[in-house]
Amino acid sequence: MPLDNPSANTRKYKLVGTRPDRQDGFDKVTGRAKFGADAVAPGQLAGSILRSPHAHARIRSIDTSKAEKLAGVKAVVTRADFPDKTAGDSGLFDILTNIMARDKALYEGHAVAAVAAVSPAVAKQALKLIKVDYEVLPHVTDVDEAMKPTAPVLHPKLFTEGLAEKPKKPSNIARRYEFGHGDVEAGFAKADIIVERSFKTEATHQGYIEPHACLANVSPDGSGELWVCTQGHFMVRDYCARLLGLEISKLRVTASEIGGGFGGKTTVFLEPVALALSRKANRPVKLVMSRDEVFKCTGPTSSASIDVKIGVTKDGLITAADATLRYQGGAFPGSPAEFGAMSAFAQYHLDNVRTIAYDVVTNRPKQAAYRAPGAPMANFAVESMIEELAHKLGMAPIDFRIKNAAREGTRSSYGPVYGPIGLLATLEEARKHPHFKAPLGPNQGRGMAAGFWFNFGGQSCVSLNIPVDGTVTISVGSPDIGGSRASMCLMTAEELGIPYEHVRAIIADTSSLGYNDVTDGSRTTFATGMACILAARDAIKKLCQRAARMWGIPEEAVTWEKGYAKPAGANAGNFPPLSLKEIAAASGGTGGPIAGHHEYSADGAGVSFATHICDVEVDPETGATRIVRYTVLQDAGKAVHPSYVEGQFQGGAVQGIGWALNEEYVYGKDGRLQNAGFLDYRIPVCSDLPMIDTKILEIPNPGHPYGVRGVGETSIVPPLAAVANAVSNAVGVRMTELPISPPRLLKALDTVSLAKAS
Amino acid sequence: MAKVTVWGSLRSQTGGQATVEIEARNVMELLARLGESYPGLQPTLKRGVSVSIDGLIYREGWLQPLQPETEVYLLPRMTGG
Repeated sequence: MPLDNPSANTRKYKLVGTRPDRQDGFDKVTGRAKFGADAVAPGQLAGSILRSPHAHARIRSIDTSKAEKLAGVKAVVTRADFPDKTAGDSGLFDILTNIMARDKALYEGHAVAAVAAVSPAVAKQALKLIKVDYEVLPHVTDVDEAMKPTAPVLHPKLFTEGLAEKPKKPSNIARRYEFGHGDVEAGFAKADIIVERSFKTEATHQGYIEPHACLANVSPDGSGELWVCTQGHFMVRDYCARLLGLEISKLRVTASEIGGGFGGKTTVFLEPVALALSRKANRPVKLVMSRDEVFKCTGPTSSASIDVKIGVTKDGLITAADATLRYQGGAFPGSPAEFGAMSAFAQYHLDNVRTIAYDVVTNRPKQAAYRAPGAPMANFAVESMIEELAHKLGMAPIDFRIKNAAREGTRSSYGPVYGPIGLLATLEEARKHPHFKAPLGPNQGRGMAAGFWFNFGGQSCVSLNIPVDGTVTISVGSPDIGGSRASMCLMTAEELGIPYEHVRAIIADTSSLGYNDVTDGSRTTFATGMACILAARDAIKKLCQRAARMWGIPEEAVTWEKGYAKPAGANAGNFPPLSLKEIAAASGGTGGPIAGHHEYSADGAGVSFATHICDVEVDPETGATRIVRYTVLQDAGKAVHPSYVEGQFQGGAVQGIGWALNEEYVYGKDGRLQNAGFLDYRIPVCSDLPMIDTKILEIPNPGHPYGVRGVGETSIVPPLAAVANAVSNAVGVRMTELPISPPRLLKALDTVSLAKAS
Repeated sequence: MAKVTVWGSLRSQTGGQATVEIEARNVMELLARLGESYPGLQPTLKRGVSVSIDGLIYREGWLQPLQPETEVYLLPRMTGG
């Protein structure tokens, strides 16, 4: 049961909570680690993909005959090589259509054909010989424009779901969601002050350093292997098998080391194409994206347009909150609009709340998840309004937040009543943090925001093997993005009572373990970590059985303590304790190898809250904003490896800072992306930032044996608003559009100056 | 009878009711009977949902038992990055 771990807060740990070196660190700093593009197979071919130059175009025909005749070309695939095997699964059909365009190219960069050849140069040459006859169509890339009745419609069969009646005409609005409770109109009637504003945020890319890459090898007997950089190789296996009509068990997928994902590697792009090329060529095929392709063809997050209205009494009690959120998710339905709506007001105790969200399609790449998908944009709008309301009330923003904060027993804005939650703890800790008392200099401002994310558990499967020297290997199926192998080893060693250095974790391939969900949703240290603990407990039972056999006493008479099997009491007999190493050494003669195993679907992850404080300095001449100081306060339940928890806090904050200040997808009037590279798409680097301070709060999660709570996503939720509030406070102008780039800030300052002058 | 609250935009599929009563011993039965009783919910259920049982969100917990007094909320299927 999810909530049967009440003793987590009283347990004393020997290893959990320490900061040992990560075991994959040596390979990574010496260049031995193998990433997606590092695999090589005998006779491998180089793959390359032809992509649409148009934002929206009907594909009248594709002529590959000249490319196929080019010397060195071994296979060419187009839409004809990807028949629809999705059996009415609309989500899977969208993935199929995204990996290879069918009747239309829906965004610049949409794949229309692919080639496998003896060298990258020949493959590129072949792409130029493919003739695609396009009928260029009108396009739309802005979410508000896409919702207008006059907008070009991407999908003639897309009718808005979630309305009282099915609309008579198709549109770009895929779904409407509504959440909330109470009576917002009655709530606004009780308010003394009502503030209403509109906000916009641009799409941002997850910005992982490692581009997508894979090596596919399909045999004529229908079996295949795939080496791939991904957040979830079981997901890749299942999607590819279904899209290509392969038997799942015949496709063995191995996850490479991964140079970042942040949600962007939770689906397939190249992988089915590489497999299709390999199947056709009967040779291994490697596909590696360029950075340009990563920006144009993989999922950034949604851009958003949001209206917020909040009413308060003179003494600072929120009486009603209302928001309408419009998220474009690229060319296919599935933007995280519903999660924006559910999370927008989740940090407040509200009697009257309503959120309405629209999932909208545009001629942009299909969005992919990005840390707490949908929440940061909604939080930016709401927390900006909260800051503004606090100023109007003459209250300190943190006091206003504490007064209205959600707490145990609050009915959340998305429905359920909260159990024990840590929001107030982060707010109270923030209020007494030295950061809040530090003086500000000229042109500096301070902002804060509180944020929320759901977290979930999901499916995990772990095998633990104990060879004869008493060391331990744990095989997990969750790709390690943020140091999770170190956490798995810490928890396993803690449970077995052996040194951390005696445990090694590997990411096993899909043929070696049962299904594992993707590393996402802040789930891995919580769910796969719990599977490691339970696999260790399974192994301990077997270790005790072996000791019982060696002593000739019943199994029940043996107990496990600090790495040793011991007789449970005086009646069990007087035997010296047997160490794990001694039992392992004898295993061949006492019953064979010793292993532990656990597979399950974990629930009880528990929701998560964080509070961020940000100081900025604005240059009024250039409009440039510099982060002067930044502090993250978040509940981790129990920090298994505090350095990696801090790393998650800092990484989320930095990505949010980039979203707030610099990062954006810039489209030309032709619907083409203007800044598909890291020179023009500016992510923050170390020299842009101060050290991000962190404060880990440990309020044990009763859903985990050690009290662990997911930490990977919540930290990206508050920064957008925290930064925007700090800038707004520094310059005296409410910034309602992100990013707050220098030109945008200068324009806002000029507008205010002109207004004052007139 | 478990009391199930659906999110606002699904209420057009439940005759305008925010909360409906379903006879079910666990989540799997609940979702099956919800779809039978309100066919308009089928596309949403097919796409995947999560449920909140007394405030705790389950993404896969089909066999979670339901008591008559249990508060159940239907939620979009949880996802993450």
